[in-house]
Amino acid sequence: MSEPLRREDVAHVAKLARLILSEDELNRFTQQLSQVLEHAHDMNSLDLANLVATAHPFGLVNVVRDDVTRPSLDHDVVIAMAPDAQDGRFAVPRILGEAP
Amino acid sequence: MSLTNGWEMVVGLEVHTELKTATKMFCGCANSFGSLPNTNVCPVCLGLPGSLPVLNARAVELAMAIGVALHSTIAPSTFHRKNYFYPDMPKDFQISQYDLPINVGGFLDLPDGSRISIERAHLEEDTGKSTHLGGSGRIHGADRSLVDYNRSGVPLVEIVSGPDIRSSTQARDYASELRGILMATGASDGRMEEGSMRIDANVSVRKVGQPLGTRCEIKNLNSLRSLQRAIDYEAHRQTVILEEGGRVRQETRHWDENLATTSTMRVKEEADDYRYFREPDLVDLIPDEAWQARIREGLPPMPAERRSMLGARLHEPSDSLLGAVSVVVDLDLDAYVSSARDAGVPAELALPRAANELATDLGGLSNLSFEAFTATLLMERSGELSPTQAKSVLAELLASGGEPRAIAAKKGYEQLETGAVASVVAQLIEEHPDEWSRYRDGDEKLAQFFIGQVMKRTKGQANGKDVIAELHAKR
Amino acid sequence: MKSASDIARDVQSGTSSAASELDVALAQIRARNGELNIFLYVDEEGAQRTAAALDERIQRGEQIGPLAGVPVALKDNLCQTGIPTTCSSKILEGWRPPYNATVIDRLLVAGAVPVGKTNLDEFAMGSSTENSAFGPTLNPLDTSRVPGGSSGGSAAAVAADMTPLALGSDTGGSIRQPAALCGLVGVKPTYGLVSRYGLIAFASSLDQIGPLTKNVRDAALLLEVIAGHDPLDSTSLPEPAPSLSSHVNDGVAGKRVGLVRELIDGADADVMASVERAADALREAGATIVELSVPEFRLGLSAYYLIAPAEASSNLARFDGVRYGLRVNGDDVTSMMEATRTAGFGEEVKRRIMLGTYALSAGYFDAYYGQALKVRTLTINAFARAYHQADFLLGATTPSVAFAFGAKTSDPMAMYLSDVFTIPSNLAGEPAISVPFGTGDAGLPVGVQLLGPGRSEALLFAGARVLEIADGRS
Ligand SMILES: [Zn+2]
Repeated sequence: MSEPLRREDVAHVAKLARLILSEDELNRFTQQLSQVLEHAHDMNSLDLANLVATAHPFGLVNVVRDDVTRPSLDHDVVIAMAPDAQDGRFAVPRILGEAP
Repeated sequence: MSLTNGWEMVVGLEVHTELKTATKMFCGCANSFGSLPNTNVCPVCLGLPGSLPVLNARAVELAMAIGVALHSTIAPSTFHRKNYFYPDMPKDFQISQYDLPINVGGFLDLPDGSRISIERAHLEEDTGKSTHLGGSGRIHGADRSLVDYNRSGVPLVEIVSGPDIRSSTQARDYASELRGILMATGASDGRMEEGSMRIDANVSVRKVGQPLGTRCEIKNLNSLRSLQRAIDYEAHRQTVILEEGGRVRQETRHWDENLATTSTMRVKEEADDYRYFREPDLVDLIPDEAWQARIREGLPPMPAERRSMLGARLHEPSDSLLGAVSVVVDLDLDAYVSSARDAGVPAELALPRAANELATDLGGLSNLSFEAFTATLLMERSGELSPTQAKSVLAELLASGGEPRAIAAKKGYEQLETGAVASVVAQLIEEHPDEWSRYRDGDEKLAQFFIGQVMKRTKGQANGKDVIAELHAKR
Repeated sequence: MKSASDIARDVQSGTSSAASELDVALAQIRARNGELNIFLYVDEEGAQRTAAALDERIQRGEQIGPLAGVPVALKDNLCQTGIPTTCSSKILEGWRPPYNATVIDRLLVAGAVPVGKTNLDEFAMGSSTENSAFGPTLNPLDTSRVPGGSSGGSAAAVAADMTPLALGSDTGGSIRQPAALCGLVGVKPTYGLVSRYGLIAFASSLDQIGPLTKNVRDAALLLEVIAGHDPLDSTSLPEPAPSLSSHVNDGVAGKRVGLVRELIDGADADVMASVERAADALREAGATIVELSVPEFRLGLSAYYLIAPAEASSNLARFDGVRYGLRVNGDDVTSMMEATRTAGFGEEVKRRIMLGTYALSAGYFDAYYGQALKVRTLTINAFARAYHQADFLLGATTPSVAFAFGAKTSDPMAMYLSDVFTIPSNLAGEPAISVPFGTGDAGLPVGVQLLGPGRSEALLFAGARVLEIADGRS
């Protein structure tokens, strides 16, 4: 956690996030993100080992709905949103790799 | 096929099954196959901004039913987001169970007595479906792809076996038995050809007794046959590499049914960083004892139990009868057999009729009542109908329904009088003196020959028992 | 400007009409929106139809709901059927949702008249509304200063007398901070009290929709309308909306108020003075003041700036050019997604996506995100401890009054630090209200904050009302 954020880490993260960063942005983000992460190191001063992580503020459980159909959207409305469509489907440029 | 030279294969299967719910996992859109593209979609399953998932109770119950059938522990579970960008995934993350699945552990016993451990069976959502334009229609070489989100958000259970499978036959048996269980629980329709059950195989090889080797994951296994062939191919491929001193690369491979080979689909990359974290839009799933008990109590008997129930009444369980038992259970025809048996038809007759005649026209079962099936077999048993006639009546019942006795009458299956049988037998003895003398000398096989000839000449209208009686009388 | 409760009363009784109240709102919007850049979209025709339908029903003698004929401004991260919804981002330009957020359905049932969509920091990421792709909103009280953010447009709409009510969303202070900077009442409800269905998510486990109003009574009225269980949101609390407006005048006699050092330290002197005078006012109204220290609150900032970006990085993945909104072409689908996202998102959104992606990525998860979730637990425990000693807590909403444009844009960390007092309530999922109390530098309003345990809105409204009266605002 104490190792500094490197420029190549930021480049790798940009790739994961599907963002293209200019050289300028890459440098700036490296510096700014480092600053935020540096600030986050104050959490290190604590002994948190015995604490449970909270992902939700309240402990609701088993929130489910009945298996009953509700109306779907009108097909024309759906396709009207598409930046590109063909044959009632959403069209995209070629996909280079299979889904993981 | 087994490997030679001291090699053994180590196989684990990941089976994805779509759940037979009325609606999708997190929204009220219909879960149905074959609708027009993008007609069963809403803000939730299209991943529109602002939409939120709400878990389908029925999906949870079917997942629990699968767990119970696989002897798993139903555990408190959570949902995570698996983050990766892909056009068929509307939110660009998949909601899936991760470190805390609903079903933990368990096992599946195969008909040959072997036991395969189950690691987990968890809930997740399906993706949309892409069609590739240009090139060969496969993803590679296509110019453009079209996405239909009807399947997006359909509930899935992924069942992960332990690496306990040691042959492709065993893999096939496991998948087949699991398919039977999924159908028996009502969780799945088991239709591999429609993609409602999909299998990935993790295959590695090693020298017996050595630590596990590097594994490859094989995808696109659309039938039990592909599964078996692909595993054999892959285990052989890896063995050859290792024998030649090479190293197996960890990767995902695609099975090509036409070429009967596997090929690299994608290499495990560092970029495979799914950034799993708890899905903040869903809460914990902690089925209480009462809910679990309702599922346990509602569960019908599983295939293994049904097979032993059907097989128990057989006096001499031959291979062919046991085969018929398996077919009957696979095709869910148990009720026909048991209702016939309860009316006095021997299992030895009811099983093959169900496994052969009914199996050829499953679509016609809606025309055939248990009563009509039973009545037909009772007529066959009493000698009113010959086996050939009984089969033909069953075929007619399956095709267009009706009442067996009326069908038999319409077909003119008034059986030949014993006198008529006697005269045909006498004629045949004259025509086949050699066969007759061998029969008289004790060659029992020849009885079948004469029965066959009588049936041929009478177009199946003779009663087999009458023929045997006549042969005995003349002997 | 007339209060929402007065408008509803007059419209229902026939002394006024929904159409004429709407005309007042639209006239003010026309007069000042060009200068202040508050509304990104004004749905004049739709609002007029809604108002006319209400007036017709009233003429037939029907009882309309508690917001009969009240114009409402909506933050532009709330989905409304057929109305452009942008989150102030280029990536959603032109998109019209095919469905209503639950809160909008509830507003309509209550007789409210939605008039349009207000500016925000892109995807609600910011504290000044300077991060909007459609230009900053000006603070109506001093146009050289920011209105706060991210619900800056909604706050400015009320402050500029365009509508008496507005809805905002609060992930780390985005309702309370602009309320403070614009001299309004702003409420961040208990997590789950208001359905998030149709709120375009920033950080799902922190986001809540809430009211921005001129007075406490209107805030209670609006919250009552939008609160209550919604089956479309799994995190929605199971109970129906609580009664709130009936408790506004309950007072604070006998209540223990915790004055929390960590919710004042670091604030400007004028802000600190206001909080101290607020404590005096509560004491005079019969409350006891207990001075408390809750050191854990300081860590909230670190946890928040990991948790919120982490969730955001995943929530904002769907903006990929495939299904709706902006698409920038590319040779293959990955290039298309990259080109779209690169062109569609502004710098602050990219910064937070980067931060969140990093915090969740392999090798760093435990050190950052995992640790932050534990600090969240620590914060919840710290609040619980404080509530042994106090019924509710008092502090500042923001460290300073409204600041000048550009004052913090070049230094993201400085901007983040201005959220330090509001973040703890979001981490704990507990309610908090900002209420104007006195003025500070340049005569600008100061907001003080009341924080309470989960579901304590009625108590907080009562406390806020005491301060409102003590501050000389009926
Ligand atoms: Zn749907």
